[in-house]
Amino acid sequence: MNKIVKKEILSENVVKFEVEAPLIARSRKAGHFVIVKVGKYGERIPLTIAGADLEKGTITLVIQRIGKSSKKICALDAGEYITDLVGPLGQATHIEKFGTVVCACGGVGTAPMLPIVEAMKKAGNKVITVQAARTKELIILEREMQEFSDEVVIMTDDGSYGKKGLVTNGVEDVINREKVDLCVTIGPAIMMKFVSQLTQKYDIPTVASLNTIMVDGTGMCGACRVTVGGKTKFVCIDGPEFDAHQVDFDEMMMRLNAYKGIE
Amino acid sequence: MATTEEIKARRSESWREELRRNMKNKERADLPRVHMPELDPEYRSHNYEEVNLGLNAEQAMAEAQRCLDCPVPTCMTGCPVEINIPTFIKNIERGEFLEAAKIVKETSALPAVCGRVCPQEKQCESKCIHLKMGKDPVAIGHLERFAADYERESGKISVPEIAPPNKIKIAVVGSGPAGLSFAGDMVKLGYDITVFEALHEIGGVLKYGIPEFRLPNEIVDVEIDILAKMGVKFITNCIIGKTISYEDLHQDGFKGIFIASGAGLPNFMNIPGENLAGVLSSNEYLTRVNLMAAAKEGADTPVFHGKKVAVIGGGNTAMDSVRTARRLGAEKAMIIYRRSEEEMPARLEEVKHAKEEGIIFLTLHNPVEYSGDEKGRVTQMKLQKMELGEADASGRRKPVEIEGAIDLVDVDMVIVSIGVSPNPLIPSAFKGLDISRWGTIIVDQDSMQSALPDVYAGGDIVRGGATVILAMGDGRKAAAAMNKALSSL
Ligand SMILES: Cc1cc2nc3c(=O)[nH]c(=O)nc-3n(C[C@H](O)[C@H](O)[C@H](O)COP(=O)(O)OP(=O)(O)OC[C@H]3O[C@@H](n4cnc5c(N)ncnc54)[C@H](O)[C@@H]3O)c2cc1C
Repeated sequence: MNKIVKKEILSENVVKFEVEAPLIARSRKAGHFVIVKVGKYGERIPLTIAGADLEKGTITLVIQRIGKSSKKICALDAGEYITDLVGPLGQATHIEKFGTVVCACGGVGTAPMLPIVEAMKKAGNKVITVQAARTKELIILEREMQEFSDEVVIMTDDGSYGKKGLVTNGVEDVINREKVDLCVTIGPAIMMKFVSQLTQKYDIPTVASLNTIMVDGTGMCGACRVTVGGKTKFVCIDGPEFDAHQVDFDEMMMRLNAYKGIE
Repeated sequence: MATTEEIKARRSESWREELRRNMKNKERADLPRVHMPELDPEYRSHNYEEVNLGLNAEQAMAEAQRCLDCPVPTCMTGCPVEINIPTFIKNIERGEFLEAAKIVKETSALPAVCGRVCPQEKQCESKCIHLKMGKDPVAIGHLERFAADYERESGKISVPEIAPPNKIKIAVVGSGPAGLSFAGDMVKLGYDITVFEALHEIGGVLKYGIPEFRLPNEIVDVEIDILAKMGVKFITNCIIGKTISYEDLHQDGFKGIFIASGAGLPNFMNIPGENLAGVLSSNEYLTRVNLMAAAKEGADTPVFHGKKVAVIGGGNTAMDSVRTARRLGAEKAMIIYRRSEEEMPARLEEVKHAKEEGIIFLTLHNPVEYSGDEKGRVTQMKLQKMELGEADASGRRKPVEIEGAIDLVDVDMVIVSIGVSPNPLIPSAFKGLDISRWGTIIVDQDSMQSALPDVYAGGDIVRGGATVILAMGDGRKAAAAMNKALSSL
């Protein structure tokens, strides 16, 4: 049982929690995730750790309401408990000084990008964050991104905020303007697929953090398997980050829909 | 471990001598082996009720009479935890059922579990004297289950004696049979035991793998409860090597560590189409249904109810998966196995039960490819027909392809159940362990000690996928050796 000490509504469908988890706060690194379950018969779902406070012994989770289980978690209030929480899981992001790093994110991928932006900046990189959403109200964590980025580019589909266009338009503008040494992308599978296609065209090394279906999150079930460079990998223990240019995104999208309609 | 003298002393107690006098060996040997009552196959293949119903007192006492109470009980050598088999059976014969349960619990932390899932035909029962005379072995497994169930249902569960606490902290990684058996032995010796479990439930495979119709979770919980009453502390949702490191354990004052993290990583065949939606590992399928209760009303975890389900493999896990699929409404539930039935590693009883439940057995068939629809869902599998060739290193005849003999079979779900590998997490988190080519931890065969002096290991993490009782035997061995090492400090 882990207590929720703070809850903040970031946008219509996105909630931020600070949760007591002192051991995880101590051992987690950028890129790690946790598995969370609410209620005796709740589902185990993976959530990236968006940050941690060592003194308070808390971790930050940002959750987007999409399915039954994420709605259930979002409905919890400060003072209430998460029934089961385990982590940190997965391989931490490979952080070093690359030079200029573009962090391209959108939707569910924005919160997990935050600790990577922070860690990349602290490692001495020039960090340009390209953040995308359908419309202005859905842009979250902008202030936090500003804090650790050299530049934040906002893209909206409808042009209501920042520039009008997709995340790929924003990334391409940066590429055309200056030398980019690494691109990191987190978001819906379709978004990562297009970012990956774009950077491949320009020969820019790219890392994608994949958010597949998982059950245990410790390598036991294989629900999360993806094809990377023609080989099957488990996102939970081999990932979640992979060389985006090697990932079979089409297969991943089909697997993400495996339980559509029976949930 | 029981010495020959101890076995002899117990055997010469007067009540036992009298029992032996009461009936001639010849008469005992002529009694037919008891038949385990079970649910009707048609009825049971639509629900989760336990298939085997257990013996009643009369049946158990009659079966106990079949045991000849041999002076040198070979059955005990077939038991990795060395249960004093004749002593508990003779207690059943004289109607002292609680005493029988107590004897079993002297060396086994999980009697009700072993009585249900041990491959007795390969262990104790394979050494029974009756076999030498061409008769059926004594149903030791059924009797073990009877003793444990009787005690539980009587409400008079005895808690084994505990030595005074010695305040030495010991950590156990993983709460499957290896970890539980180790914890039970060590807590009896007075150690301060904490079991760390990665999942949200205690029990390892007993909970997430083996289904309710074979081993109800309730039964496992009672045995875990006894360990808790003996003073074992359980911490769930804690991954050693992730949440807490090896160094953290030292800092927290743990003087010994037993790794029983199992072989949880499912193997796949790496054939085309294996990543289609609807193709999943048996671990995923069984975890959804058993641990996450996906088929129950009110559970949030989804599970696909396939109508035409193929399960690849011939072990216990494959049988559990295919019988689960049947219970979830599969009209056609198939076992696809590349060897013949004779080589199947599953317990005999599981194969028998599966057949009774209408499972189709496609032996000497091996999948080579899956194909799917436009949405990426599996719809068909391509099977290569096989025949048996020469015996291989394992002594089993090797399956070889019959050229050009291909079958196409329609499916809407495929469950891959071709074995498991050790989870790489622990080996990579404990620097200094010796790891084999298969990813298992290398230990000294007698003491179960690893290359790190304070770290012992046992169960599937050492053997690769094996059995409950072998895992428990390792736990006992490690406990004895660690106790010896710590006592001589
Ligand atoms: C479906 C199925 C059916 C089976 N049927 C039979 C049968 O009928 N008879 C039989 O004898 N055997 C059977 N087996 C095999 C048997 O269950 C195993 O051999 C046995 O459970 C191994 O015990 P173990 O203690 O080594 O590991 P496990 O039971 O696998 O337990 C390991 C535990 O450790 C936990 N863990 C792993 N890593 C960590 C970590 N880093 N930190 C904390 N915890 C960790 C895991 O979550 C797990 O709970 C079956 C197996 C399966 C999968």
